[in-house]
Amino acid sequence: MAKRIDVSGLNAYYGSFLAIEDISMTVEPRSVTAFIGPSGCGKSTFLRTLNRMHEVTPGGRVEGKVMLDDENLYGAGIDPVAVRREVGMVFQRPNPFPTMSVYDNVAAGLRLNGKYKKSELDDIVEKSLKGANLWNEVKDRLNKPGSGLSGGQQQRLCIARAIAVEPNVLLMDEPCSALDPISTLAIEDLIGELKERFTIVIVTHNMQQAARVSDRTAFFNLAAVGQPGKLIEIDDTERIFSNPSVQATEDYISGRFG
Amino acid sequence: MDITTQNHTAPPALPPDGAERKRAARGATRPGDRIFLGLSRGSGILVLVIMAAIAAFLTYRASLAISKDEANFLTSFEWNPSGIPPEFGIAVLAFGTIVSSVIAMAIAVPISVGIALFITHYAPRRLGGAIAYVIDLLAAVPSIVYGLWGALFLVPHMDGLFGWLDDYLGWTGIFEWGGGAPRSLLTVGVLLAIMILPIITNVSREVFRQVPRMHEEAALALGATRWEVIRMSVLPFGRSGVISASMLGLGRALGETMAVAMVLSPTFDISASLLDPGGGTFAQNIASKFNEATVMGRDALIASGLVLFVITLLVNGAARLIIARRKEYSGANA
Repeated sequence: MAKRIDVSGLNAYYGSFLAIEDISMTVEPRSVTAFIGPSGCGKSTFLRTLNRMHEVTPGGRVEGKVMLDDENLYGAGIDPVAVRREVGMVFQRPNPFPTMSVYDNVAAGLRLNGKYKKSELDDIVEKSLKGANLWNEVKDRLNKPGSGLSGGQQQRLCIARAIAVEPNVLLMDEPCSALDPISTLAIEDLIGELKERFTIVIVTHNMQQAARVSDRTAFFNLAAVGQPGKLIEIDDTERIFSNPSVQATEDYISGRFG
Repeated sequence: MDITTQNHTAPPALPPDGAERKRAARGATRPGDRIFLGLSRGSGILVLVIMAAIAAFLTYRASLAISKDEANFLTSFEWNPSGIPPEFGIAVLAFGTIVSSVIAMAIAVPISVGIALFITHYAPRRLGGAIAYVIDLLAAVPSIVYGLWGALFLVPHMDGLFGWLDDYLGWTGIFEWGGGAPRSLLTVGVLLAIMILPIITNVSREVFRQVPRMHEEAALALGATRWEVIRMSVLPFGRSGVISASMLGLGRALGETMAVAMVLSPTFDISASLLDPGGGTFAQNIASKFNEATVMGRDALIASGLVLFVITLLVNGAARLIIARRKEYSGANA
């Protein structure tokens, strides 16, 4: 299931503005990689290049290669829609479909991908909600609107929706920044469980969170406002937080700048 | 109302006394607030007064006419209010009004939603802007101009469509054509559709434009195609807005007067076929008959106007019910 991501020489633009420059990194399957860095350094932009969501923004375009195992996501003839079915995404603010029930939210991706029998759908929905640690809280209200859940529940619903289609990679863009500490803890525990099955990439502004959940950490930075963001270094999380090889990383982590 | 403002002005150590608190609760402590409150409250009340005055006038004059009506006011096909005895009924007018409006809605709503989706989600920004501008211009064309165009261009050019409908759907009876001039309810419906298209398009466009980006991205990230994004995120979010837009259009179609009067050749009977010339609508009938009507005739026309008023109210109420029915699923509580 889980696949390796191998990025080389990646530039992303908004119109003529170069947002991130020359990024290369490898993300191992069944691991959690955290992206940290100051606001505007391009970590979210980079995350969105990994499932071709960047080009949805008007003027957004990408140069370079993103290999998912041995398939280049930006190769000729690759359908971005197919890419997004393989690389799931969870957003900063919980965004369940407001007009759909809890059940329909989880089943939404499956219904896009093909025909399922009612019993098959039931099984996958239950499995996904259990996988997102939400089943016990919503099993009696599967037909109630998803937007009626609490913020933390909504975010776990979005995770259930993303994992229901069994993606190879799960991207998370600051998934806890709109949540309270209890809900954050629930999501972090969940990330620990999900990495058994998926390759996970998470953007976070919370360095303790990066230290808690990730195996590898990538630090992004930009020279000045208006300059492109760059990958400064990527290493084992333990090393990044104890003894990073670049001075800027240490300054950022210890709060000496930013 | 404005307790926070009150707290800013009052020293926090001294709690406001009863009278002061009451004033604060009314939100009218300062002259500016008082004047604005008076103006806005007055405007609100004025609307209710005008509505009540219209309803009272219509009801009073209508009751004068209906009490003298010797035929059944709701079911009779007669319109002879000045006769002795006076006989008139609104069956033909109600049928014509509703049928022509339904035809207009059936044509205009899907096309309008399509145009609005194209402008907001498919067209390049500049092309979308240009189309939106042209649609705005369409909305500004006076209905008399639509009437002229309908009578002088649309009517002579409807033969082809009528023949085609007769050939393929004539067996249903609804689309049977005897070859008369196409001054029928179907032609009226087509003209009304063109007239209500701009308002439905414009309102729908605004609604679709307001779909939160995060709802669309939710669908995109699941691997939805553009059409699937529209189906999963845009249309459900815009649903109540499109219904409101359609009701605005329906209101205009129900009440449209001059254009209908210029296209239709009015008769006081109901034909099973939408293609046969004849029929009438409330507004068209009032406009055509008002000038030459006697006092009794005018009261009878006012009675028909009351029915149109009630139908419009019912339509609006029904639309509100539809919107409210699925409120918990609307985008509002997201």
